[in-house]
Amino acid sequence: MNPLRLVRARPGAPFTVTFDGREIEALPGQTLAAVLWSAGVTAWRSTRGDGRPRGVFCGIGVCFDCLVTVDGRPNQRACLVPAAPGADVRTQEGTGHDA
Amino acid sequence: MPERSPVLAVIGAGPAGLAATLAAAGRGVRVVLVDSAAEPGGQFYRQPARGLGARRPKALHHQWRTWRRLRTGLDARLAAGQVTYLSEHHVWCVERESPGFTVHALLGPEQRESVALRADGVLLATGGYERVLPFPGWTLPGVVTAGGAQALLKGGLVLPGRTVVVAGTGPLLLPVATGLAAAGAKVAALVESADPRAFAHRARSLVGAPAKLVEGAGHAARLGWHGVPLRVRHTVLEAHGTERLESVTISALDSEGRPVPGSERRVLCDTLAVSHGLLPHTDLADGLGCGLDGVTVRVDEEQRTDVPGVWAAGEATGIGGAALSLAEGHIAGRSAAARLRGTTPDPGAWASAARTRTRLRAFFAALDGAYAPAARWVERVTDGTVVCRCEEVTAGAVRAAVGSLGAGDLRTVKLLTRAGMGWCQGRMCEPGVAGVAGCAPAPARRLLARPVPLGVLAEPADPPPPQ
Repeated sequence: MNPLRLVRARPGAPFTVTFDGREIEALPGQTLAAVLWSAGVTAWRSTRGDGRPRGVFCGIGVCFDCLVTVDGRPNQRACLVPAAPGADVRTQEGTGHDA
Repeated sequence: MPERSPVLAVIGAGPAGLAATLAAAGRGVRVVLVDSAAEPGGQFYRQPARGLGARRPKALHHQWRTWRRLRTGLDARLAAGQVTYLSEHHVWCVERESPGFTVHALLGPEQRESVALRADGVLLATGGYERVLPFPGWTLPGVVTAGGAQALLKGGLVLPGRTVVVAGTGPLLLPVATGLAAAGAKVAALVESADPRAFAHRARSLVGAPAKLVEGAGHAARLGWHGVPLRVRHTVLEAHGTERLESVTISALDSEGRPVPGSERRVLCDTLAVSHGLLPHTDLADGLGCGLDGVTVRVDEEQRTDVPGVWAAGEATGIGGAALSLAEGHIAGRSAAARLRGTTPDPGAWASAARTRTRLRAFFAALDGAYAPAARWVERVTDGTVVCRCEEVTAGAVRAAVGSLGAGDLRTVKLLTRAGMGWCQGRMCEPGVAGVAGCAPAPARRLLARPVPLGVLAEPADPPPPQ
């Protein structure tokens, strides 16, 4: 069983986004967090202080742990932002403004 | 000036907000339903994104008939022009004007631009979010809130990993575990710190809501059906891994809440879904000057807050689940519609909802007592454990602030350590920091309910004139 089968989903045409330059597949409507999880990616930020990896924690936009850089714009909450075709998603280092 | 219908802004489109909208619409007020998500439903009735084409979304949900009734009702009132529904509006402030209110909302998901709308009354149905108490390893990727795992499953049709441990305490753990298992995850264990005997002690209050008990028994039966081992009076001592979660150590608890020596064991998993109950979203209420009782918005029999023209319903007024939220939302909506037209409502019109409210409040008060986080959890938070996730403040730093620097309250701990000053504004860490510091949790008093770009604050949007 998988979630798509459970609800008998017929998703629209898949598309790709890139994560740190690697192409990964996305389904229409999925948030970036969902797309990254589907690809087995669980971390996409390193903390400002200790450089520790972080990903989704609260999943509903409250905790800000899942911040990521999208198309050059840092501090996007991956759990809220829908994936767009061709989006350039990159691991956010610290504040995302250092690079 | 022509006579116009009063406008009621309902903030939040979960069960409470939808019930309030349906109750108020068509009763002489215009309802503007404002919600941050792309689709109505809130967390409880979160729907798969449209593009995913789910033909059987009810497989992920409970009380589906109630959802159909709410959704059909909303559609009918939208079609009749009685309700305006504003999705992807993240409300960051509600201002009191004289008369009325201005609701400020950032347009999502980008949240760079703000809009303002005028209302004569405001109904806060802002819901809740999860409380997670810290433990060693809880910042590792792969450790998620139980509700977060459920949100990504319901909304994005994805699983957090292959092998999941569900842990903590509270009525949310059972449906999350059964939901993840039904969707294909291997749930290696459900670890609940509560002692089943605590429920027996509260049996009198708990039998007052037989439907809820049957619902719980149904989840428990499905747990067995999926072969999920249930470990009550157990806790997760530590999450292990380097770059991501690899396993957890669980342990039995004695009657004092201490780990039973020799009962520890490792459970391999790539996901830990953890929850220690829910907390209400009270920032908007607090900003309006509504009185709080502890961490919940204080309301009267009509769900009125102590600020005239402001009602509150659902989890914001006390955690009690979807059925209680529906009852409170209904009462609040009926009261608001009558009061905004300058009439006195007849409580007889909502007698059935009021009875439900009484029964479920008693039920959840009893449940809340039984589902207590493991006692002595603070003792297991090592000095090296990060307690404030945003600012990376360790338990050791918090203890030093209290011990050698003499901080006696949360505010001083925050000023000395930065715990609670980060992006989440203390929403995630406050219970943990308070516990580690040994201070009473204090209402956070957040001026803005969410981060707002400086440009928006510099040039606030003007509300359109009333039509």
